[in-house]
This record gives sequence, C-alpha cells and structure tokens, in this order.
Amino acid sequence: MSLDLATTRRIAKLARIGLEDAELESVRQKLDGILGWVDQLSEVDVEGVPPMVGTEMEALRQREDVVTDGNCREAVLSCAPETSGPFYTVPKVVE
Amino acid sequence: MSYVIEGKTGNWEIVVGLEVHAQIISQSKLFSGASTKFGGEPNTQVSLVDAAFPGMLPVINRECVAQAVRTGLGLNARINLESRFDRKNYFYADLPQGYQISQFAHPIVGEGTIEIELAGGETRQIGITRLHMEQDAGKLLHDQDPTRSFVDLNRAGVALMEIVSEPDIRAPEEAGAYLRKLRQILRYLGTCDGNMEEGSMRADVNVSVRKAGEPFRTRCEIKNVNSIRFVMQAIEVEAARQVEIWENGGEVDQETRLFDPGRGETRTMRSKEDAHDYRYFPDPDLLPLVIEQAWVDGLKAALPELPDAKRARFQKDYGIPFYDAGVLVAEQSVADFFETVAKGRDGKLAVTWVTGDLFAALNRTGRTIENSPVSAEALGKMLDLISDGTINGKIAKDVFEDMVETGESPDAIVEKKGLKQVTDTGVIDAAVDAIMAKHADKVEEFRSGKDKLFGFFVGQVMKETKGKANPALVNEALKAKLNG
Repeated sequence: MSLDLATTRRIAKLARIGLEDAELESVRQKLDGILGWVDQLSEVDVEGVPPMVGTEMEALRQREDVVTDGNCREAVLSCAPETSGPFYTVPKVVE
Repeated sequence: MSYVIEGKTGNWEIVVGLEVHAQIISQSKLFSGASTKFGGEPNTQVSLVDAAFPGMLPVINRECVAQAVRTGLGLNARINLESRFDRKNYFYADLPQGYQISQFAHPIVGEGTIEIELAGGETRQIGITRLHMEQDAGKLLHDQDPTRSFVDLNRAGVALMEIVSEPDIRAPEEAGAYLRKLRQILRYLGTCDGNMEEGSMRADVNVSVRKAGEPFRTRCEIKNVNSIRFVMQAIEVEAARQVEIWENGGEVDQETRLFDPGRGETRTMRSKEDAHDYRYFPDPDLLPLVIEQAWVDGLKAALPELPDAKRARFQKDYGIPFYDAGVLVAEQSVADFFETVAKGRDGKLAVTWVTGDLFAALNRTGRTIENSPVSAEALGKMLDLISDGTINGKIAKDVFEDMVETGESPDAIVEKKGLKQVTDTGVIDAAVDAIMAKHADKVEEFRSGKDKLFGFFVGQVMKETKGKANPALVNEALKAKLNG
C-alpha cells in the first residue's frame, strides 16, 4: 500500500491540519509507514469472526430521563478562546 | 396521479426521498443530563459533555431510546434489538465534539411504511428505510456582529430521530402529504412536537429526475428545509433545474444544496464540499445498545390509538364518511373533542356541528380547540336538546352563538330567552290562521296553482313564532289549511 500526495493533502484538510508543501512529502512517508504497520492486521484471517465492539461485554449503561446537569455557563465558556457575553464567538460562518 | 415535467426531449418524472430530523421529546439530552427546554438563556442548558470537554463520557438516556422505539412501532417498522452508535466526523462551529454521535451501520429501527392520502382520497404506501438516533447540533447566530458568529450550545446534544424514506415519492404533493402524515403520527405518539418553525422537525430533500422506465439518475440533497410548503417548492425548482441541465447535454453533480425561498431557487452549499467523507467509525465510548423484546412489547401495548386506526373506528362506530373522519383525526385534540360530543349521541349530527359551526366559531374568535369557547360537554348537551325536541335546528344555531359569546350552558340560554320549541298545535294553528288572513291574496295564488308559495308561508309562520315552532308541525298545519 502506498499513500499518494493528493490523498495526504486531503486527509490533512479533513482533519483541519494546515500543511506546507515542503512538509507534505515527509508527512506522507510517516503516514504511509503507520498505515503499512497497521495493515499487517489484514494478514489475520477473521472470516466469520464478528467485529469486536468493546473490551467489556456488559450492556450499555443507561440513565433515567431527568435534568441533572447544565447551568454552568461560566465553566462551559471558561476555556473558549473568544466569547462575547453569554456566547462563544467564532469567525463568521455564513452560507 | 402523476406529476410530469414536460421537457424539450419529452416527459420527465421526479424521484424524491426525504430525510426528516425530528427532535425527540424528553426532559434531558441524549447523552447528558442537561435540559432540552426550548428558549432558555444562551449556554445555560449545556453540560461539560455537550461542550465536549476532554474526558467527558456520554451516558444514554433510556427515555430517548423508548421514544425512538415508539416511533418505529408507529411506523410499522422493524425494531432492532441490537443497535450501535458511530461517530460521524466533520468540523463546524455548532459541533463542539468535531463529530456527531449517530447510528450508521446499525440503526435502532429498520424498514417500515407510511400510508399517505392524496387529493381525491387515493392512498399510497411510502416506504421507510430506517430510523436512527443522533445528536442535534448547537445554534449559530450570524446577526449579532459584523465579523463574528455567536454560538449557543443549548440545543447541542438534544436527541434527534432521523427518519429516512425510500425514494418512493413522485410528486411535490406526495412529499407534502408524507410530511403531514409523519408529523401527525409523531404528535399522536408524543415523540416529537413536529413544530417546523421552531426547528424541532426539519427535512432534507433528495431529488433526481428521470425518463419513465429509466434507472435512477444522480440526485441532489437540499438541506434543512423548514416548512412543508418550502419542501414542495424546493422539489419543483430543483427538478426543473436538473431537467434543464440534462436536456442541455450536461451532467447533474451529486451535491448538497440550499433552498432560498426568497429567490425561489436552490444553490450549492460550499461548506459541504467534503460532506460525504464523514469517516464513520464505531464510537469507542459507547457499547452496543441492547434492548429486550419484552420491553418493546410493553411499549407497544401502551401506544395510543394512531390516526389511521382512529379514522377507521370513527367511520365504523359513528357512521361518518371517510373524509369527515379524516378531518376529525387530523389533530388528536379535535378527535378527542369530537368523541366527547358524539359519545352516546348521533355521530353524524356531532360531526356536522364540530366541523361546521364549531370550526367557524374557532376561526372567527381566533381560538384553538384546546381553549374552545364552547366545551365538548356543552355542545353535547345542546345536541341533546335538539334530539329530544326541546329546540329545533334553526334555534340551535342561535343558542350556539350565544354559548360562544357568553359561555353559558345551553339549558340556561334556552330557559332565559324562552327559546323552547313550540309543539302546541293550538298555538301553531293560530299562527297559521293569522298569516293566512294577513296574506289572503297569496293564499288565492297558492290555491290557483302557485305551489312555490308554500315556502313563503312556512317562513312567515316561523317568523310569527320567532323561529320556535316545530317545523314539521308547521308544515302539517299549513298543508291542511291551505289545501282545505
């Protein structure tokens, strides 16, 4: 398996990682190495084996439908790079 | 019924499938304990889970699962006892996690159907592909600042059901009928309030066109249309756009578009260029959701009567026509009102009064059935007064108007105004005699063959008795005396 530059650029874009053209080839090589390493798993014959969905086989824990959380605006906004009054703010995104 | 676009190269039919996002009615969010209430102060109904703080883990709300199952049952759909949650990855300012928790490969509900009714009473089955649960996103406000968008996460993490139809819809009108029927079912079930203005129900519309007999061509998806009327308009203009492209030798690109109701056109939604690369994978924070058949059976047993069943029962139990029954069951509150009025009474008389005089009064006074000026019990009592001969149908109209105005009981109004029907033949005979004496010339004309005048005499006698005379007795007395 070999990753090409266009795919590398696309993966970076989907992950919102800005890459300079100069870095592209080295990132491509590293990613390619990782993918090649992980790809060894495909040598295992898993025919008829259901996908593993978790390490513990208990059922999903469920909660009752009651309001137990919220009303913590200060905490919620505390780490935001930018806020205005009760809101987070971000560079304008309009369709 | 078929909807056809006449192009230069012949007729085109349209192929439409709908994805409806319906907000689940619950107290708290799908994976956090924050409130779902609409219209709260910005960012107060947000937990650290909803704001995607590192290390916060989602815990599923059992009631949201129940609501999804109820909806599946209401759509005659298969319930999957094991379903899973996946991460749908994309970046947008209203999505703090950077992914939406959704169900991709294993939804909680599988195939079902909705029966829609078209003009003229024709019905069609529209297939449901699936229903799955997912998280709603936050809300962006663009009008607060010239260069910044403001983010309110109160809605982030509220439970949604995405209900996907098969591409079975062939006309804008069918899309409208489908949405109305789906909304009606959701409201009956109490699983979504169906309020499109507040955004608690939204539709994505998939549209393509083809010549008769062809396989499907490329479709476009029109996102987030927020009224039934706009859905129908969007389908029309998008289908016309695609026909024009194909007929001019072009290719329709599969893309996401927005409908602009002001301009009556659809346009490309650029931010969604990479939208189809969501890189779904199973959410490692959530184990498979396993539910018991016995629990599903319990939910099924507790479901309310749904519109189709109620309509059939109204037709059978109250002897009213298909159309009228449809009007009554359109809203559950109207159906309940009708049943209170009709129980133990003449169903046809009840439906006439509810859909006639009562609806007119609601319209005129700007009220809804929930705060009707005349209660169902009071209207029922008035029907009793008609049935037992206390008042006639004409006086009943006046009594009803009085009830609308004063809110008094029908008995009190009849008593107070002396509206009791006159059945004393002596009184009626006297009135007939008086009228005949007053209009001797007309009596002459009648007797020389001008039969039409009978109605005139009936009118005059009713007027003489202030409308209170029993019309059958008046007819009888007039016939005897005029012909005698």
